[in-house]
Amino acid sequence: MLNALDKLMLEKVADLHEIPQGAFNIRKNGHGVQRNTTANIDIITKQDKSGIDVIVKPYTKGESVHIPVIVTEDNINDVVYNTFEIGEYSDVEIIAGCGIHNCGDHKSQHDGIHTFYVRKGAKLKYVEKHYGQGDGKGQRVLNPKTVIEAEAGAIVELELIQIKGIDRTNRETDIKLMGNAKLVVTERLLTYLDQEAESSINVELLGADSSAQIISRSVAQDNSKQVFYFDLAGKNKCRGHIQCDAIIMHNAVVLSTPRISAYHSEAQLVHEAAIGRIESEQLIKLMSLGFSEKEAEDTILNGFLK
Amino acid sequence: MLDIQGVSLEIEGDRGTEILKNISLKFYDKKIYVVTGPNGGGKSSLAKIIMGVYNPTSGKILLEGQDITYLSITERARLGIGYAFQSPPRFKGIKVKDLLKMAASYNPEKVNICDLLYNVGLCAQDYLDRDVDSSLSGGEMKRIEIATVLARNLKVAVFDEPEAGIDLWSFQKLAETFKNINQQYDTTIIIISHQERIMELADEIIIMSNGTISAQSERDIILAGILNTDDCLCSTKCAKGVGQNAECIG
Repeated sequence: MLNALDKLMLEKVADLHEIPQGAFNIRKNGHGVQRNTTANIDIITKQDKSGIDVIVKPYTKGESVHIPVIVTEDNINDVVYNTFEIGEYSDVEIIAGCGIHNCGDHKSQHDGIHTFYVRKGAKLKYVEKHYGQGDGKGQRVLNPKTVIEAEAGAIVELELIQIKGIDRTNRETDIKLMGNAKLVVTERLLTYLDQEAESSINVELLGADSSAQIISRSVAQDNSKQVFYFDLAGKNKCRGHIQCDAIIMHNAVVLSTPRISAYHSEAQLVHEAAIGRIESEQLIKLMSLGFSEKEAEDTILNGFLK
Repeated sequence: MLDIQGVSLEIEGDRGTEILKNISLKFYDKKIYVVTGPNGGGKSSLAKIIMGVYNPTSGKILLEGQDITYLSITERARLGIGYAFQSPPRFKGIKVKDLLKMAASYNPEKVNICDLLYNVGLCAQDYLDRDVDSSLSGGEMKRIEIATVLARNLKVAVFDEPEAGIDLWSFQKLAETFKNINQQYDTTIIIISHQERIMELADEIIIMSNGTISAQSERDIILAGILNTDDCLCSTKCAKGVGQNAECIG
């Protein structure tokens, strides 16, 4: 059963205040604890390894699947393989997320390997939130890997959010887009203290008229370090845009490597990358409205990461 | 009353050394002042000294008798000083309505944000949910900037070249709006401008050049002087950069 701490973690990673409506699977400290399926969405435990298969029937509309993971003990090393079959012409939202509460002195780690097959004409919104807390010395580590194959005409929207509390993360996202498939990735990352985060997003635009947009915004504070790799590879007539922006503060380090690669004469690819501190004019503007310097800074950062 | 007493400033800015030389000015309650003069004459520096963006090298600034010379921008804002930037900053992820709500948050009176946008010639429906980022044009940014100052209940409002990017229709509207806030809140309005039509709103006009005040008088006296100056070869009767909607570089 879920206790108060579990519920707090669920709220942080999945905006869940109660047990969700629709399909869900809650995993705690390496084990499934609660599950619900619907007429259109099935969740099956994998037999060969740890993880689940989520199967969304074709033409399923407007349903959601919550698959939060919570880790509330130290010395946990949880590796999970989840596979998602998003049926033709369905339209669903999947909310994943991992919350780690580590009060102990040993590392807690969760590595989620998620593979999505988004079938013809289907629409998927996938939200992944990371959150960590706890005053122990044990590190909170999350290494998610997301692989997506989007078939013809599929629309995929990804929101990858890690705002606080994760000491180490190495995120890898690989996406293949077929004809007319459309992808929008929104990444938001905030690191502080001595945290390190690495994110690599690789998109292959394989089909004609496929399109991809990656919008990454991050804030690096204190002594934290962020490393980004973005690669858009256009292998057909396609459009792609990478826009990555980082606000750097204190003694933080941000390394950003956007790459666009065209293998077709009608591939149109653009990248924009910027790293900079908060502009003093922005602070002055908000202070001239009556905000303190700290309030102005928080307002700017909150807006930036929204 | 805002009382500037013998203020001097020497600061390395983006455009070289910015200088004010022993400026003394009294801005009385409820009046509209227009500060004009050639670029680089110290007008924007004066505005920034009033808002607290720059601290004077010497001299004093008093607001209703209170010495505010060394108060921060935030403290001055809370005492009722407002400033519309010449080149307003943009904010990624902050919507027009968010910025206007922030601006209105210290105003005890209920402010209708849609009316604010209308007052600067923007359709609320089209703009409230737009981000205040590079998707907005320079003119749109200027209008929103003005709206953030109109949202506040101010003792002193400083507008740094508000006319840039504003079309003719909105210009008329803007002029009325300046008059209205002047009457509604008894705000002292200081407008830095090269525009003759803005100058026509003024009770008093101040001409600044080389960091000093070269003339200060009632509107009609100064305007008559400016319009009759014939020191350039162009057929338009104006002083350089003054009185016409023309940019000048010197």
